[in-house]
Amino acid sequence: MKAYWWKILAIALLAYTVIAGLLIDVPRLPILNETIRALFFHVTMWFGMILMLVVAVYYGIRHLRTGELQHDDMAVEFTNSAILFGVIGISTGMVWAKFTWGDYWTNDPKLNASAIGLLMYFAYLVLRNSLTDVYQRAKISAVYSIFAFAAFIPLIFILPRLTDSLHPGNGGNPGFNAYDMDSNLRKVFYPAILGWTLLGAWISTVRVRTRRLERKMEDKLINL
Amino acid sequence: MRKEIILLIRKEMVLEWRQKYAINGILLYVISAVFITYLSMGVGQGNLSVPVWNALYWIIILFSAVNAVAKSFVQEHQARQLYYYMIASPEAIILSKTIYNTLLTLILAVLGYLVFGVVFGNPVADKPMFILNLLLGAMGFSASLTMVSAIASKAGNNGTLMAILSFPVLIPILLMAIQVSKNAIDGLDREINVEKIVTLLAINAIVTACSYILFPYLWRS
Repeated sequence: MKAYWWKILAIALLAYTVIAGLLIDVPRLPILNETIRALFFHVTMWFGMILMLVVAVYYGIRHLRTGELQHDDMAVEFTNSAILFGVIGISTGMVWAKFTWGDYWTNDPKLNASAIGLLMYFAYLVLRNSLTDVYQRAKISAVYSIFAFAAFIPLIFILPRLTDSLHPGNGGNPGFNAYDMDSNLRKVFYPAILGWTLLGAWISTVRVRTRRLERKMEDKLINL
Repeated sequence: MRKEIILLIRKEMVLEWRQKYAINGILLYVISAVFITYLSMGVGQGNLSVPVWNALYWIIILFSAVNAVAKSFVQEHQARQLYYYMIASPEAIILSKTIYNTLLTLILAVLGYLVFGVVFGNPVADKPMFILNLLLGAMGFSASLTMVSAIASKAGNNGTLMAILSFPVLIPILLMAIQVSKNAIDGLDREINVEKIVTLLAINAIVTACSYILFPYLWRS
């Protein structure tokens, strides 16, 4: 129970998110209407992605300090899940944009920033594959991932604020800013962030375990 | 530390001077790129609108900078790198390379600006602002590109890897520089740019600090 309570919590939170997210009363805003429910399924993806990237960077730093491969496993798998969340976030966002803004892709700083972020982490995966030595791969990709994260954070937090964004809550759009985001939405929004992030962590830890088992088996084969 | 950095920068310059083909090659690269752009845009229709002028200029500078900086960790042999490893601290090496590459990128940018001005006409209203922006852009480009080229050189250094690793990292710097340069071309009030320039400086500082901290780990491996 000690080890897996958070998995149960994740299931409970996600069940709550799906049920409540689809059924609760939401404020009716012009243009947004019912699509405001995307808040629980689309916006939370980005929060999950950023949180998981933070975890990945943390393990990257730990790997650089200790040089142990187990930290690298965590770093790469959390990055993988973050990429998964990013892809889901961008595709749900595109569907939503088609219905509210009339186009799958608009020249919106937040959209572009997230696309650039994904490019960055795809490049990270290519870099990993181009290195063959396990230790060198772990070290160099940790360096790049920290470096990329440091460039990514100003991108998503500073740049959109300098130009107007179409996103709700920016530049005179109807949206969930301080006034509109009513307590009903909050009641689902925060648990949803936590739930999705826990799900991502769950996916990552499962993959880390298979990765470690594979390595163990390989070692056994080599030492036979 | 400061003495070490100055010595290393001088070493880079002497090396560059001895094998002039590298710098001449990259200068020619800028000029031919500008000229190809000129021909592609249709000779005789010379007048570009300001946003197009600006975007083309920065894209050319971006590609030349990537090409110019990409060689900074490969032009020297493995054995010589080992020698530096023994006599110099990694911090001094990355800082000296960054400063040297800033100079190189700045020369490229200014040359590109001159050629662009000759071929396409020079629409820039606020020239000092434009040059200051070039300097900041060159700093940002070289700081991130030097680090990325160090990473790429560890991974067998192919051109594709250098490009895909560096482009996403460069985009924030590029976007800010393009916006400031657009304002400088239009000759807008300088107050508008202050916030953007501060952001650009902050991004530069973040990137430089990161490469300063992270480079020793790369160097050691």
